[in-house]
Amino acid sequence: MTEGPLAPPVKGFAAIGRAVIGLFAMVGRVTLFAFTTLIRALTPPYYPARFFAQLMEIGWYSLPVVGLTAIFTGSALAQQIYTGGSRFDASSTVPAIVVFGMVRELGPVLCGLMVAGRVASAMAAELGTMRVTEQLDALTTLRTDAFRYLIAPRLFACVIALPIMVLIANTIGIMGGYLLAVYKLGFNASAYLTSTRQYLQMDDVEMALVKAAVFGFIIAIMGCYNGFRTGGGAAGVGKATTDAVVSSFMLILFSDLIITIVAFG
Amino acid sequence: MGEPKIKLAEVKKHFGEKIVLDGVNLSVEPGESVAIIGGSGTGKSVTLKCILGLLTPDSGSVQVDGQEIVGAKPREIEKVRAKFGMLFQGGALFDSLPVWRNVTFGLTQGRMRHAAEMRKIAEENLERVGLKADILNLRPNELSGGMQKRVALARAIAPRPEIIFFDEPTTGLDPIRADVINDLITSLVEDLGVTALTITHDMASARKIAHRVAMLYNGRIVWHGPRDRLYDSGNPYVDQFVQGRADGPIR
Repeated sequence: MTEGPLAPPVKGFAAIGRAVIGLFAMVGRVTLFAFTTLIRALTPPYYPARFFAQLMEIGWYSLPVVGLTAIFTGSALAQQIYTGGSRFDASSTVPAIVVFGMVRELGPVLCGLMVAGRVASAMAAELGTMRVTEQLDALTTLRTDAFRYLIAPRLFACVIALPIMVLIANTIGIMGGYLLAVYKLGFNASAYLTSTRQYLQMDDVEMALVKAAVFGFIIAIMGCYNGFRTGGGAAGVGKATTDAVVSSFMLILFSDLIITIVAFG
Repeated sequence: MGEPKIKLAEVKKHFGEKIVLDGVNLSVEPGESVAIIGGSGTGKSVTLKCILGLLTPDSGSVQVDGQEIVGAKPREIEKVRAKFGMLFQGGALFDSLPVWRNVTFGLTQGRMRHAAEMRKIAEENLERVGLKADILNLRPNELSGGMQKRVALARAIAPRPEIIFFDEPTTGLDPIRADVINDLITSLVEDLGVTALTITHDMASARKIAHRVAMLYNGRIVWHGPRDRLYDSGNPYVDQFVQGRADGPIR
């Protein structure tokens, strides 16, 4: 087949085709990476010490940002519902909607995004640097499996830490709404708490936990995948870090939508 | 001589459209020290990585002690790897771990066990490369470049490998530090009886540490011979390279 210069419209189609093929290839690579990680993570050797170190790093040290995010959001949510609700005389729904909104949606998503920003970027940068300084090759020559030694502890830590953090974030968020409603909007404290308890459903909490675990999985896989594939020195590490954050944000928001639709459907 | 320790036959490897190895043939005898010289980007590192199993050749054969690596199962490659030690160009020390955990990594595979025993082993191996026990608890980034390289060497020899690969062992070191590394490599080959394969573009180092030198150009071994013949090889590529001339057959 001879390949002459392509006419501009054909070039355009070719570019679209390449982008689509590239997208599918990437989805395939990420899926394969995730499967490899799962299979290796579940078979020995295990690294419990590495897991606890990561749990500290991912869970404990993310608590301040997650807590602050939750308290600001919970308070703002209460104020918005109060303002919006008073337009049609429904401001009494504040506790119900704060609970519902925080637990089902804002708690998991904001917690997921904050942790993704902190952790996926750190994973990509660390593994990416290990790649470009040949530390990953060194691991292999020292007969240590990078999937088990580096990735599995991060994956387990993320999947376990995220649900716990979402529970904490939800609690703090609801408390933020309560504080604002009682001290600024003049709600009765015990009435507010009673209706908060009344509207807090186990189903909603379960949904929050499922979302959190999925987000944790996404953060660890996208952080490690991008770090692992790093090439091209310091600039490559920078690109890997950006890619890790952007792709985990996108996947968190997308999977949030899917889980929400499936749970309601 | 019996079976070669390492035998490469017609090893080919390409990345995209670029052919990096175009049929490499080389064999290394037990206890021998061979240096591969060649310019940057001629495939020296790729050759090493093909032997280590970090890269898979497109075709050809790589044998270690008669066992074929190309196409072997991961479990078998893993077994062969137990015979290898590798000194990476930049050291490639794990910067999250203290020196002693780095040195013993090949024995623990990263697991946190037998701490007292491992510290002792780390100390012995550091001593072999001329370092003292006072750096055991330091992190790699607290060491100078030359010390990092020696710690990396201690890490490579700690599991007592039969074959050690050196990737540009003297690059980035001053001439005196470089010669310290050269002496260490020579003594490892002589005292421990290991087989050594070094890639380098440092002629002084190649002449000192290698019994035999092979020159890689355009993905092929264009010359090999004893180190004494390096400066009168009669090969135009080698002549140009060892004399460091810009004009000649190598562009």
